[in-house]
Amino acid sequence: MKSVEEIKAAIEAAVPGAGVEIVPNPSPSGQHSLRLLPSHAVAVAYFLRDDEDLGLDFLSNLTGVDHLDKEIAEKVKVTRQVTKTVDGVEQTVDEVVEETRKHMEPGYLETVYHLFSMAKKHGPVVLRMRTVNRTDEVELPSVTPVWRSAEFQEREVFDLYGVVFTGHPDLRRLLMWPEFKDHPMRRDYKEPDDFEYEPTPHDTVLARAKDHKAAVAGQEGTGTGL
Amino acid sequence: MSGSLRDTNLEGWNRPPVIVPDGEGELLEVAMGPHHPSTHGVFRMDLALDGERVVRLKPVFGYLHRNHEQIGETVSYLAMMPYTDRLDYICSLTNNWAYALAVEKLVGQAVPERAEYIRVILAELTRIVNHASAIGFLIQEMGASGTPLMYAFREREKILDLFESLTGSRMMCNYMRFGGCRVDPSAAWLDATRKVVAGLPQFAHEFENLLMSNEIVMARCQGVGKLRPELAINAGVTGPMLRASGVNYDIRKVDHYGVYDRFKFRVPLGDHGDIYDRYMVRVLEIHESIGILEQALKEIPGGPVMDPKAKIRGFRPKPGEAYGRIEGPKGELGFYLISDGGNSPYRFRVRPPSLINLTVLEDMCLGHNVADVVLIFGSVDIVLGEVDR
Amino acid sequence: MLGEGILKGLAETARNAVGSFVSKDRLTTVEYPEERLPLPEASRNFPFLVYDGTDWEKGLRCVACQICEKECPPKCIYIDKSKDKKPDAFGRPQIYPAKFDIDISVCMSCQICVEVCPFEAIKMDTQYELSTDDRFGGLLLDRKELAKSNEYYHQIHPTEASEVDAKLAAEKVKADAKAKAAAGAAAAKAAAAAAAPKPAEAAAKPVVLADAPAAKPQGEGD
Repeated sequence: MKSVEEIKAAIEAAVPGAGVEIVPNPSPSGQHSLRLLPSHAVAVAYFLRDDEDLGLDFLSNLTGVDHLDKEIAEKVKVTRQVTKTVDGVEQTVDEVVEETRKHMEPGYLETVYHLFSMAKKHGPVVLRMRTVNRTDEVELPSVTPVWRSAEFQEREVFDLYGVVFTGHPDLRRLLMWPEFKDHPMRRDYKEPDDFEYEPTPHDTVLARAKDHKAAVAGQEGTGTGL
Repeated sequence: MSGSLRDTNLEGWNRPPVIVPDGEGELLEVAMGPHHPSTHGVFRMDLALDGERVVRLKPVFGYLHRNHEQIGETVSYLAMMPYTDRLDYICSLTNNWAYALAVEKLVGQAVPERAEYIRVILAELTRIVNHASAIGFLIQEMGASGTPLMYAFREREKILDLFESLTGSRMMCNYMRFGGCRVDPSAAWLDATRKVVAGLPQFAHEFENLLMSNEIVMARCQGVGKLRPELAINAGVTGPMLRASGVNYDIRKVDHYGVYDRFKFRVPLGDHGDIYDRYMVRVLEIHESIGILEQALKEIPGGPVMDPKAKIRGFRPKPGEAYGRIEGPKGELGFYLISDGGNSPYRFRVRPPSLINLTVLEDMCLGHNVADVVLIFGSVDIVLGEVDR
Repeated sequence: MLGEGILKGLAETARNAVGSFVSKDRLTTVEYPEERLPLPEASRNFPFLVYDGTDWEKGLRCVACQICEKECPPKCIYIDKSKDKKPDAFGRPQIYPAKFDIDISVCMSCQICVEVCPFEAIKMDTQYELSTDDRFGGLLLDRKELAKSNEYYHQIHPTEASEVDAKLAAEKVKADAKAKAAAGAAAAKAAAAAAAPKPAEAAAKPVVLADAPAAKPQGEGD
């Protein structure tokens, strides 16, 4: 079994401009992953499947991960020119000041692929891909034409995360019903207000019960309640 | 309905064949399920029939969906263990093992030797339970109401009694922990297990006598629902279904997880990839499992069943991720965990063998009679708790 | 010969049918509820609260630490801590649960609460005939319904209960020794303090230690 670096080199030799990036994994499992550019992903997938040494003919697991928008606070060292009086003479001196800068890192949806080889009996090789953001640019190329096992799993990721796989033959919701609007596995998903009764409401259930009662009371007040 | 059933512009070889209906009449669309008596649970297939022939089949999932994966991201690592019992509720102990293995990989936790042996014993007992009932259900779907299924359940009952006296529950065992097992089985329990295992070969023999050379079973099963090995690999089919197509891939042999490298066992393979081969592979796997059980019960060492350094309360793995998989009775059962250092996983993913094995259901059913669809579906061996999660 | 396989199978069923009259191994039907199978000792079904002594309210081992409430996978436990302290079975002042409800329509008998409890206060019952015609209130057990004596615990899980008793006794001996030592140290310090100029604060600490619960949770995480 080749190491992640060797696989990266092999991909870059076979698919020019693939732009593979190694994502280290600090866990003792040591399953480091490779991040692919969506534009070259299908070519890379064909290469990984058909390459003689790798022969990754078995896509075991395909899943999505949601990353919300994050505010990142960074400490940056800034050099400023300050006028100071040194020994009675006014001088312009460079001074290093530390500043905290905050910027929003836009969230994204990620797909993770675990590949094994049934012929060579090795693996896993972990691949990842990212969408541009979480709202409108959520397209990723489908690998179903390469590995058929992605068919239902991509439908599941589409259903629960909202990643749109271009090139999928039959992209429909898998687990939720077709009329359902949201994507339940996203981390900012809000459950619909379907609270009925709970004898011991506490924690999240209590919050839901309160929201529900407030909503019901509000509807009755305006006369639109059921 | 028009004659063209599918967009054929895709890369052709791994798609189901397009069947053009013959004759004049219209296609009949049938919704089979979700409460069809001979399916395995609440599962629906939307069929298009040309006479008796199936020309299109679309499985519809989600009737049992409860967002298992999201529950996994809200409760602690330990509290997720009883939920894994409810995935494939016939094989709760192998589900426990797969999850424990993934978490152990994530934190680099070692497992004492005695616990590894107990895990092997319980997993193989689970495999026998699963294969025996799967065959029972399959024959039931063929029309043999009761008898073969009850023979399978009789043996299952004895094994479930063992589970109950060890773990406290017959089906929802919740037994394995990160770094070992919850309780140490007593010598009396091991003796009782030896006794049950000693009776298993006779059961397997009886079960074979009952069905294997039965002409009706052969006529219904042989040559029906064939699955080519190339397609099986490409579609991620695992477990007995894959091996019935002749692909030698058993994760017990490939990954050597647990202590499986210490036991002698063979991997039964099929030639034709039809229903009969799938049935035979399961029968032979029961024999191999009995062999593993005998070896494991003979060699089981003493010692602790739980790593004393393992943490029960306040379990917080360092950031990282891990994918752990085992050879479950239905196929590759994997858990993918991403930790952000918190109390519960950032991402908790189950790789369900039942769902992924159904990818090829349409390919296997096209062109067959509608009565065969029930059989082909039965030979995949699924549990809806795992398919829908 | 065609039909040979079927005949072979029929012979097997005939053998089994006759065998079921003579062999217990063939598992004949148990006529529940007239007949009942004995439950194995490890059997578990819904938790209960253990109390020592005879008065359930005084003897509850639970100190309302709420670990089980946090760890419970389906969140079926609801605890209200008491504002005051009451002496427990050993006479130490302890916080007690003013309210302890378990909703057994939600509980899945997984026994995670038993595993995480550092005080051996919650254990698994074997009672399984709990059906009721009251959907809401009937399946919500309060602390009175949940409280069962240590003797009952011994009755249903004898081995486990004896182990727990031995462990608690050992912990009590340890705690008593510690308390004694602490009290001795406190007395010595108090004596020393009486001679020294700074009296009050030195004596304060060990006394609190003596009041600590017998079994300290190892790493109280949530």
